[in-house]
Amino acid sequence: MKMSGAQMVCEALIAEGVKTVFGYPGGAIMNVYDEIYKQKSFEHILTRHEQAAVHAADGYARATGEVGVAMVTSGPGFTNAVTGLATAYMDSIPLIVISGQVPLSLIGTDAFQEIDAVGISRPCTKHNYLVDDIANLPRILKEAFFIAKSGRPGPVLIDIPKDITAEIGDFVYPKEVNIPTYKPSYKGNDRQIKKAAEAIIAAKKPLLYLGGGVVLSNAGDEIRKLAQLTQIPAVETLMARGVMGDTNPLFIGMLGMHGSYASNMAMSETDLIISLGARFDDRVTGKLSEFARYADIIHVDIDPANIGKLVDVDYPIVGDINKVVAKLINFLQGEVKPDRYQAWREMLARYNELHPLSYQDSDDILKPQWVIERIGKLVGEDAIITSDVGQHQMWAAQFYPFDRPRQWINSGGLGTMGFGFPAALGAKRGCPDKVVINITGDGSILMNIQELVTASEYKIPVINVILNNHYLGMVRQWQTFFYDKRYSETDLSHQPDFVALAKACGGIGYNVTTKAEFDEALKDAMEKNQVCLMNVAVSRLENVLPMVPSGGALYNMLLEYKD
Amino acid sequence: MQEVRRVISVIVMNESSVLAWVSGLFAGRGYNIESLTVAPIPRGNLSRITIVTKGSNRVIEQITKQLNKLVSTLKVIEHEEMVEKEMVLIKFSNQENISDIQALSSAYNGGIVNVGEGVIIVMAADESKRIENFIAATHRYNPIEVVRGGIVAIER
Repeated sequence: MKMSGAQMVCEALIAEGVKTVFGYPGGAIMNVYDEIYKQKSFEHILTRHEQAAVHAADGYARATGEVGVAMVTSGPGFTNAVTGLATAYMDSIPLIVISGQVPLSLIGTDAFQEIDAVGISRPCTKHNYLVDDIANLPRILKEAFFIAKSGRPGPVLIDIPKDITAEIGDFVYPKEVNIPTYKPSYKGNDRQIKKAAEAIIAAKKPLLYLGGGVVLSNAGDEIRKLAQLTQIPAVETLMARGVMGDTNPLFIGMLGMHGSYASNMAMSETDLIISLGARFDDRVTGKLSEFARYADIIHVDIDPANIGKLVDVDYPIVGDINKVVAKLINFLQGEVKPDRYQAWREMLARYNELHPLSYQDSDDILKPQWVIERIGKLVGEDAIITSDVGQHQMWAAQFYPFDRPRQWINSGGLGTMGFGFPAALGAKRGCPDKVVINITGDGSILMNIQELVTASEYKIPVINVILNNHYLGMVRQWQTFFYDKRYSETDLSHQPDFVALAKACGGIGYNVTTKAEFDEALKDAMEKNQVCLMNVAVSRLENVLPMVPSGGALYNMLLEYKD
Repeated sequence: MQEVRRVISVIVMNESSVLAWVSGLFAGRGYNIESLTVAPIPRGNLSRITIVTKGSNRVIEQITKQLNKLVSTLKVIEHEEMVEKEMVLIKFSNQENISDIQALSSAYNGGIVNVGEGVIIVMAADESKRIENFIAATHRYNPIEVVRGGIVAIER
């Protein structure tokens, strides 16, 4: 069929089953927007900043498991999208970003709004394309979706010059993809898996170390089955929160820099790490030479480059977590007595009793941890929680009672402030039946605050809970601990009137200073079903604990801070 | 950790951006490139990039894995049993002892390739170590310019 490049883009999106595109038009992408105007198959959400468009597509992808799609124009439109690409890249989120580019004849001439998009995005995309011939466009669109969601997922950029979107060409959307140089392996080597199973049977203190890959491969059910069958305790990384379900007795906690005492000690004392979709990030391991000194390591990952990158691995298995774990279960069926690791489990339970995650509640001032626990109590499993980056993110990960994968959405790898609100918009659009709450800070919320307008225009009722301590809290905490309290540029006392700001953009605002006010505000926000900012004044100098000081051994945690 | 020298061949799709992906990977992840050559493979749409790098075993393993991960990479060959050759071109004044220079270069699989007004150009093709020896040996003939070609390698 003959059609323009712009039509091809729309037809491909329809063929891929895309329901929502987040974006922002501009000169070089106008041909595509003209076709978007004419069609009714998918909706387009106009964010108020390109960065937010990509984060929204990202949030949509994380919440639904589908590929998120964002569209931007050339030059600044694209460069604004880069933070979104990098965020998705670091957390392996399947995303398609389509950017306009100046016409082919002008490329390389420093034309108006020209920038080398494929050059800039190379380090933060899984793959990218500059379309230089309309004959290649259908294939590239098909390949991009395939690459984004297969293997280790990731963002793919398609940069399309304006004359290509105008040109007429033949359109047949390929049914299949054949990239001879790209063949991800999913199955896992049976011999290796059998060896790993034998190691599990022989171990005395095995530990499931669960990472974001479990969520990406939708392996939550298999993981729970494996844990149930073997009664092996589990720790989760920041990216895996919710996989086990916090009420599961085998769930020990989150590990890492702000992990629980029991989790970090479990990692330090285990004799067999069963790493599933995790990548031994520095925020998880602490000082590498002291990390898990007594453990052999089974490392299952779809990306071979993750295996052996930071730690030596005894049982490397390249494959999809879901498939490999199913095979592990087969090998382990009937091989492990339920009381095999009982002493180990009891020891970890004692660690959790000894040093549980805790905080000192107060009647005078709201504690941020209380607010999070309270949301958990009032909304619980009905909610999808997004967060920005900083203290509030860690408290949310520590204190929210998660009970399923994809319930917790945050920028773990890149640590992008300003991610939470637009990601919440995307999550809510993808999962309209859930209550979507963005737990944020007074620093982060202002980076992408313009999305209040988007949320109010499209009636996307995201609840933003600002844990407002008038500080850039996490940096302030480091300054307290490690910089003799020289609070360089972290005092955020000068703030907007958040209630008025919300109102000005068509939302609702609440000022909250007491527990009663918080309950009331949250109830009201859920009833009103409108975007809102909840400005919650919390104690200013609260610290996130425990804390493994950067570069320190995982077992050396600061459990309390005395001034 | 001890650093080892490795010759790695990367077979890639012959696309405009593929060299940028490869060199960007080395730059972005802090890997070291001693030499890099690239040329199309006859018949077909593939290219061969030959890279000489140095690093600990862990780093070398990461390099090959990261190269493999690139969507446009067909194959990564970490050479152990290989024939490797490098070419060098050296320019001398023709006031130097030409017959000595010729004899020297033929000992390194080379010879005089060009004689111009006032200068001669000599080439040699041999293993990198031997090319270094050749360059050192020509020193006393006051070379005007030395151009090394980088390594190409083939499995034995």
